[in-house]
Amino acid sequence: MELSLATRTVDEHTVLEVGGEVDVYTAPRLRERLVELVDSGVRSVVVDLGGVEFLDSTGLGVLVGAMKRLRVANGRFSLVCSKEALLKIFRITALDQVFPIFPTIEAATRGSDDSALS
Amino acid sequence: MATVRLSFSPAPVHVRTARLVGVAVARRAGVAEELLDEVRLAIGEACTRAVALHNQYGLADLVTVEMSDSDAYTVRVIDHAPIEASVGLTKLPPDELADESLTEDALTTGVGFALLAGFVDDLQVRPVDDGPGTEVRMVWPVQRR
Repeated sequence: MELSLATRTVDEHTVLEVGGEVDVYTAPRLRERLVELVDSGVRSVVVDLGGVEFLDSTGLGVLVGAMKRLRVANGRFSLVCSKEALLKIFRITALDQVFPIFPTIEAATRGSDDSALS
Repeated sequence: MATVRLSFSPAPVHVRTARLVGVAVARRAGVAEELLDEVRLAIGEACTRAVALHNQYGLADLVTVEMSDSDAYTVRVIDHAPIEASVGLTKLPPDELADESLTEDALTTGVGFALLAGFVDDLQVRPVDDGPGTEVRMVWPVQRR
């Protein structure tokens, strides 16, 4: 399935809903959207991976890049993911210790790191 | 002997095709259903690596994926980049992953190898027999029907 991207606002957070396959072909579009958000002044980005069917190292690199970009801007970056197949990818790469990962958008926008899965 | 051989120009758009074919052949070969996600990811990572290397070195040569189900399901992804590759670069520690000085490309490469090593029990990365290039060889067990 092709990559789909949709943004919405929840309080002061911008939620980017990602769907489909994030790979070496589609990841540049995800990078472009994340850069646009940060450049437009958004300072809290929640990336919802609920609709993602495939995620590879290129997609992970884009997510880390966005997190670093926001950190430089004193912003906040978090992920929403509850799919075991994707969580395993984060564990194997040790990125579960780098990203705040929440099970729901509500938990992510509530902003408590205590409720993060990692 | 290869059951299926696929060659593609080193463009990112073709990596998905390689994944789809690789999983279809794996299913046909009798790889357990619960391993297919890992097969998909590993073939994708190996092909992504090959495409990146060909682009980095300006090579138009085709990337080859050979799938064989003689005893187990064996996938070989072959590139022609003039590097000495090994599977030595594996898991980057979390503090390095988050470090500002690590480029996105370097991170992607490290993470890609971590995924290959993490998902494929039987993994070899070795030089090809003839000319420059690397072969990433991955093997999964099959259930005989």
